[in-house]
Amino acid sequence: MSFFDYFRSNKKPTSAELAKERLQIIVAHERGKRTNPDYLPKMQQEIIDVIKKYVSIDQDKVSVQLDSNEDCSVLEVNVTLPD
Amino acid sequence: MAKIIVVTSGKGGVGKTTTSAAIGTGLALNGFKTVVIDFDVGLRNLDLIMGCERRVVYDFVNVIKEEATLNQALIKDKRTDNLFILPASQTRDKDALTQEGVEKVLDELSETFDYIICDSPAGIEKGAQMALYFADVAIVTTNPEVSSVRDSDRILGILQSKSRRAENGDSPVEEHLLLTRYNPTRVEDGEMLSVADVEDILAIPLLGVIPESEAVLKASNAGVPVILDTEADAGQAYDDAVQRLLGKELEHRFLQVPKKGFFQRILGGR
Ligand SMILES: Nc1ncnc2c1ncn2[C@@H]1O[C@H](COP(=O)(O)OP(=O)(O)OP(=O)(O)O)[C@@H](O)[C@H]1O
Ligand SMILES: [Mg+2]
Repeated sequence: MSFFDYFRSNKKPTSAELAKERLQIIVAHERGKRTNPDYLPKMQQEIIDVIKKYVSIDQDKVSVQLDSNEDCSVLEVNVTLPD
Repeated sequence: MAKIIVVTSGKGGVGKTTTSAAIGTGLALNGFKTVVIDFDVGLRNLDLIMGCERRVVYDFVNVIKEEATLNQALIKDKRTDNLFILPASQTRDKDALTQEGVEKVLDELSETFDYIICDSPAGIEKGAQMALYFADVAIVTTNPEVSSVRDSDRILGILQSKSRRAENGDSPVEEHLLLTRYNPTRVEDGEMLSVADVEDILAIPLLGVIPESEAVLKASNAGVPVILDTEADAGQAYDDAVQRLLGKELEHRFLQVPKKGFFQRILGGR
């Protein structure tokens, strides 16, 4: 780091830097959602309906998430059961 | 077999029609038989930018509805050989374009044309999806500004999932970034996203950078595609983009603030 960079790095980011940072975050988030298969919301609802047949749970106590990496996809279903 | 190129963006007003007119004209100047189709049904404007607004008799929707033949609707450009325009309808709504109808027209054009340029309407809904559906190549027109970049990314998502190529599992639509209305001074001042910033985020190959230029308004005032203004920065930048589209490797120009000449500095000119 040069002498001048030292001062520069203490400065707040330029407005272009701020724009880039915000864009990187929102674009990554929206790309993540894009790769979810279309059937995911319906499947989530059906899983909830099946669980409800046996235990009474709140709709919002269930989270369904699909994570993919290079070699496999993991479907994670989290259900908080009532005490 | 024609190559179908869509000029698309998501966000409105970024320069799609300006680009369609310029690139279409550029391809025709290089000897390729080219037609530019206005997909902006209800908001036709390509005719005005290309200076043929008074010669429109039939339009794209008339052809789809078989109220006119393709030959009756196609307008032959007066200035540039090999160049034709298929105008949009001014009176109908976007639902007038059906996928089967569009496909039939594109198939018929494909038999005699080398390039078909589809000038997309703004948005990511039906009209924009219709314009990109049959594309082989996409020119993603983007301004160095947050909402335009984000919308371009969404359009890329649609190209990758809802185009004919994606649905049929063919090789994907060839994606090109065209950064328009670029202002090197504001980039240097840290007020505007740089070419590198936008490339970083969208991660697709760069076809060209068109500077913010007074020549564009002048060209649209006159109804002459800006690429014909060979003196102007924007005209030259569009010409470079056409050459790259045709496979030439050219360095990108107009990315730096123009250096002031000795006299300009002394006289304080712009
Ligand atoms: N490089 C440029 N420099 C200066 N002005 C430009 C440039 N490119 C486009 N413009 C101006 O921006 C405005 C919008 O351009 P244009 O109509 O081509 O955009 P569009 O994307 O087709 O819009 P819409 O989404 O409404 O169809 C016009 O006034 C045009 O003159
Ligand atoms: Mg337009």
